[in-house]
Amino acid sequence: MSDLTRLSAAEQSALLESREISSVELTKAHLNRIAETDGDIGAFLHVSDDALTIADEVDAARAGGVELNPLAGIPVAVKDVLCTLDMPSTAGSKILEGWVPPYDATPVARLRAARMPILGKTNMDEFAMGSSTEHSAYGITRNSWDRTRIPGGSGGGSASAVGAFQASLALGSDTGGSIRQPAAFTGTVGMKPTYGGVSRYGAIALASSLDQVGPVTRTVLDAGLLHDIIGGYDHHDSTSIADEWPSFADAARRGARGESLKGLRVGVVKELDQPGFQPGVSARFHETLTMLAAEGAEIVDVSAPNFEYAVAAYYLILTAEASSNLAKFDSVRFGLRVTPSGTPTVEDVMSATREAGFGAEAKRRIILGTYALSAGYYDAYYGSAQKVRTLIQRDFAAAFAQVDVLVSPTAPTTAWTLGEKLDDPLAMWLSDITTIPVNMAGIPGISIPIGLADEDQLPVGLQIMAPAREDARLYEVAAAIEALLDAKRGSTFSALTPAYNGGAS
Amino acid sequence: MSDITEDTVRHLANLARIALTPDEVTTLTSELAAIVSAVEKVNEVATADVPATSHPIPMENVWREDVVADELTSEQALTGAPDHDGSRFRVTAILGEEA
Amino acid sequence: MAKDALMDFDKALEKFEPVIGLEVHVELSTKTKMFSSASNIFGADPNTAVTPVCLGLPGSLPVVNKEAVRYSISLGLALGCEIAETCRFARKNYFYPDLAKNYQISQFDEPIAFEGSLEVELDNGDIVTIPIERAHMEEDAGKLTHVGGATGRIQGAEYSLVDYNRAGVPLVEIVTKPIYGTEGRAGEVARAYVSTIRDIVRGLGISEARMERGNLRCDANVSLRPRGDEKLGTRTETKNVNSLRSIERAIRYEIQRQAALLDKGTAIIQETRHWHEDTGTTSPGRPKSDADDYRYFPEPDLLPIRPSRELVDELRAALPEPPAAQRRRLKAEWGFSDVDFQSIVNAGLLVEVRETVEAGANPQSARKWWMGELSRTANEMNVEPSSLVTPTQVAELQSAVEAGTINDKLAREALAGLIANEGTVAEIIEKRGLTVVSDDGALIAAIDAALASQPDVLEKIASGKVEAAGAVIGAVMKAMGGKADAARVRELVIERASA
Repeated sequence: MSDLTRLSAAEQSALLESREISSVELTKAHLNRIAETDGDIGAFLHVSDDALTIADEVDAARAGGVELNPLAGIPVAVKDVLCTLDMPSTAGSKILEGWVPPYDATPVARLRAARMPILGKTNMDEFAMGSSTEHSAYGITRNSWDRTRIPGGSGGGSASAVGAFQASLALGSDTGGSIRQPAAFTGTVGMKPTYGGVSRYGAIALASSLDQVGPVTRTVLDAGLLHDIIGGYDHHDSTSIADEWPSFADAARRGARGESLKGLRVGVVKELDQPGFQPGVSARFHETLTMLAAEGAEIVDVSAPNFEYAVAAYYLILTAEASSNLAKFDSVRFGLRVTPSGTPTVEDVMSATREAGFGAEAKRRIILGTYALSAGYYDAYYGSAQKVRTLIQRDFAAAFAQVDVLVSPTAPTTAWTLGEKLDDPLAMWLSDITTIPVNMAGIPGISIPIGLADEDQLPVGLQIMAPAREDARLYEVAAAIEALLDAKRGSTFSALTPAYNGGAS
Repeated sequence: MSDITEDTVRHLANLARIALTPDEVTTLTSELAAIVSAVEKVNEVATADVPATSHPIPMENVWREDVVADELTSEQALTGAPDHDGSRFRVTAILGEEA
Repeated sequence: MAKDALMDFDKALEKFEPVIGLEVHVELSTKTKMFSSASNIFGADPNTAVTPVCLGLPGSLPVVNKEAVRYSISLGLALGCEIAETCRFARKNYFYPDLAKNYQISQFDEPIAFEGSLEVELDNGDIVTIPIERAHMEEDAGKLTHVGGATGRIQGAEYSLVDYNRAGVPLVEIVTKPIYGTEGRAGEVARAYVSTIRDIVRGLGISEARMERGNLRCDANVSLRPRGDEKLGTRTETKNVNSLRSIERAIRYEIQRQAALLDKGTAIIQETRHWHEDTGTTSPGRPKSDADDYRYFPEPDLLPIRPSRELVDELRAALPEPPAAQRRRLKAEWGFSDVDFQSIVNAGLLVEVRETVEAGANPQSARKWWMGELSRTANEMNVEPSSLVTPTQVAELQSAVEAGTINDKLAREALAGLIANEGTVAEIIEKRGLTVVSDDGALIAAIDAALASQPDVLEKIASGKVEAAGAVIGAVMKAMGGKADAARVRELVIERASA
């Protein structure tokens, strides 16, 4: 059997169903791959002891004729932002080092219900604050395309794990691009569902009104299959949407059959296609537009004038909500406690703990958020940012009145080198200008790989956006574009990934 | 409105319960000033006639029935606690105000 | 402030006009908490009535309890408030170890109920209208126990223990507008107001409203202004006022304390003060300062509540009769005099008496038990009478008396058994051996023995001095350990004299 880890989850599923392979074999193959490569890649913070046990149980169930989910027995990696009963859940922060929650996040519980072995927890920027995974308290994660480069962030761990064939499936979370931007940088597929499409229960909150959990995979179909499992209404999350959702895997299959692009109205957001973007990124993006037009899609230029204010508003809303969400890390009920010398009061203990437990980026954002909410400044900052949010939603509404989907490069650049933007927080924040408007409006967005930039041979992502609740439309369109590109290329995009065996021969 | 001083940062750090070092206060003062001047641009378009949006997907009246569920045992509750007495969380003396 | 440094109350009122404001917190008696599906119960083992939400565990999320919203709307309506078409929750951010998330989910600028008024009746029957600003929903904090200090107080404690069972219990906070013109009756008005709210929430069945358990808590704002001044004086907020009696005392104390300070030209500090039941004084808490920047913002984890007009109408239709109307009705039904009825109201025992009557007791007996033995015992134990026994138990007790199973004296013993939680009335009578002796043979034997030492009694009775029977009855009761049916003994003695 060829290397099982190179297959998509859908392919792995077919082999499991035909009994050509067992889940134990498949899980072992991934665990071996992690053992070989992760010393260098650094995608995982914790590798589960339990995955093979679950795999074994799934094999037994399958042998016993039990009806199983298509992804049953297929191992999956989980971003460390999600609570897991049997593994530490740190959100990349020292303040939660070693914390094992007494409950499972809803998306994790649904993975378990689908009988998917969980490989482990993946690295991330502390509390998902960052765009490079360099703000993790537990070290960096490398990009498998070029190990001197960042994998993007905050979900660099899940993206690199999938990109480096350590897992075919992973969960991420996306507050301002943390699923999509790492997907673009690692040549993988990342989907941010409609806000409320996947439960946030058990996802350690960064910004409650922006956070959304979603799939990280190598193909659009795999993302749809995983989304079908984790998505849907959850009474534990008040913002969960109670609608019945269509099958996203079916939508992806429909798209892959062709025809979906004919007559599709594709809007190009002027403000997200700027001359300052990296030339290789712009080149691949415009090539893709040309290809879509050739397939019968109608390319429409649209403008979203208020997107200019999105980053500013986003950082006000995010930091305000985060400053409050992160207040619970106070050394009383869980996590780190640092007791200063002398006879400290509980206030001293809390302050010393938070000083020692939070990294520089977390402190920076908490201080800004505290400022944005404080007496006398609320209206000018948080209040105004919430108004900008209205304007961004109006821009999207106007655009979607003209087109079916919107597209943009997922990120203005390809993956940058480790350390490059670490000393310039504002530059790092601005790297998310293309992804942030989607979170502000709560709409779904997906990133799929569309090629390599000429200047650095690194992956470039296409972001596709649809109106709220139209996640299925994204899967259909994304799968159609993916199929077209695969056909032109004669291979999957992931087949282009440079060989890497962690130094093993 | 670049009125951010080191005192501002110390006050915010106190509200946020972070015992910043003097160096951090200095660094954060200049960073915060730069960031605030960058984010202030929201006021250019956030005029009085624009309503605020706090939730991206408008919904209302989301509630649950009054039924007990999801309770933890005290052992589970205390499992991650830095300090406890077997049934309650233990914290350093509070001082300052009566509960 | 030492008691002798206070200004005389009447003198204080001569110089200053008191203005009060009251914040009453009502814990709702829903089955589960405001935003979490943990049990809302009192007295469970520490940290057992909790979910990840109550502990503020990372990743946990609040979900509104629909029943708590219904209760809050009912309360708002009973307070004469308008019910908001849209209201929302907000986070009030501050750090304290009993606050699991270090923010309290409350309501800020969009409360569920606002602009109401409540008529309350004073001891002399006067009606005062209290203007209500708002009633909003929020969650309670956990419970701190301070260990190692001399008094169990926070000062000098070595450490504190936190139990989050109470964290997240639904609260409605009712805030009055400034209440003017109460003058020397400021404390009484406050007591009557809280007592009325207690009656209302019990009548609605939405709270146990037991002050000693903290189901009902009152913070009293007091300020004074010199006679003739328009401008309100600086106010203090007195917390920890845990009984109706102490509300009145605390306000009176603050008036006297502030008056003494103002009279000396000392400014009042705007601060939170704590009431001390033992000394009858208040002491300062943390002064209000910049640190009280609560950074309210709309709770992003929860959505707006828009109560449908149908729901509001349904709850309005289901409201019980207002307390004042109910009082008029009950007084007439029970045939009580103004004085007798008012004494029940003033003692804050109307609900207890009414429920006892509803449970089958006659009004006179119900009044006698609550105003007599139960009030006396509660006073000795320094608790509310309602915390001792339930109205149903009192009715059962009275029923045993009327059936002749026990007499009044034995009934008092049975009551002690009820207070000590020894079981039902029947069980206590059984266990304590309290049944009266109504066997005529045993009674006649005892009468014979008593007559033997007082031979002239029969003659006295026969000559019309019926009261002489008392001596024999007393002797018989004594001989039988109080278990004789006194009425029957009396009948038998008189029968004998007329034989």
